[in-house]
Amino acid sequence: MVSTQIQENLDVSIQAEDFSLAEEVALLEKHNLNDGAVVTFTGRVRQQNNSKEVTSLTLEHYPGMTEKTISAIIETARQRWSLGRIKVIHRIGQLSLGEQIVFVGVTSAHRQDAFAANEFIMDFLKVKAPFWKKEQVIHNGVLCEHWLAAKKTDTDKAELWR
Amino acid sequence: MITIVFFAALREQLGCDQLKIAINKPSTVDEVKQQLINKHPDWQHLLHGESILCAVNHTMVSHDFELKPGDEVAFFPPVTGG
Repeated sequence: MVSTQIQENLDVSIQAEDFSLAEEVALLEKHNLNDGAVVTFTGRVRQQNNSKEVTSLTLEHYPGMTEKTISAIIETARQRWSLGRIKVIHRIGQLSLGEQIVFVGVTSAHRQDAFAANEFIMDFLKVKAPFWKKEQVIHNGVLCEHWLAAKKTDTDKAELWR
Repeated sequence: MITIVFFAALREQLGCDQLKIAINKPSTVDEVKQQLINKHPDWQHLLHGESILCAVNHTMVSHDFELKPGDEVAFFPPVTGG
């Protein structure tokens, strides 16, 4: 079975529940006196381009592959930079405008590595991790749904790290 | 047998999230796709969409990847998370 190859990775959490930025930062910092830098990124549901009344998003994912893909991205980041703790949270299910979707937290001795690794993880999560967003929009007073298309700007951005 | 799973827009368009098919000989992803299309002719344009991606046992593969019994094959559109 494939699933047995995926070791439990506490660095990655795919969850329906919201998360607390303060609690996540506290966990990254707790008993961690080696790392002078803590860089966090939080992604939120926003009004998408060209659609005026976005009410919510539904996030679907491929259980198992999602965790494996993000763990591999984290591993690549660890090989590239000198990093302390890493935490990635991605929410699934229905999320309303303004809600938190994704969290990436990275600690390191110095800020350069933490900044770079955080951006790297986020850039590759966007183009590699199997999540799909469906947007709920009010159009002429009627609630409609559509799947979002992948953006070339995201693939181009990830390419810059190669 | 191999298990085939579909996600997101593709899953909705096909009206199918999972199915199992028998493979009698070593088959590539493309050959399995053809097997599905033979059974469901209306799936042709959906499965042959240029952007449709394929993963086998949770790892991205190209369409000439050779499958073995027990594999889990996933087809899905480009990802849009984050």
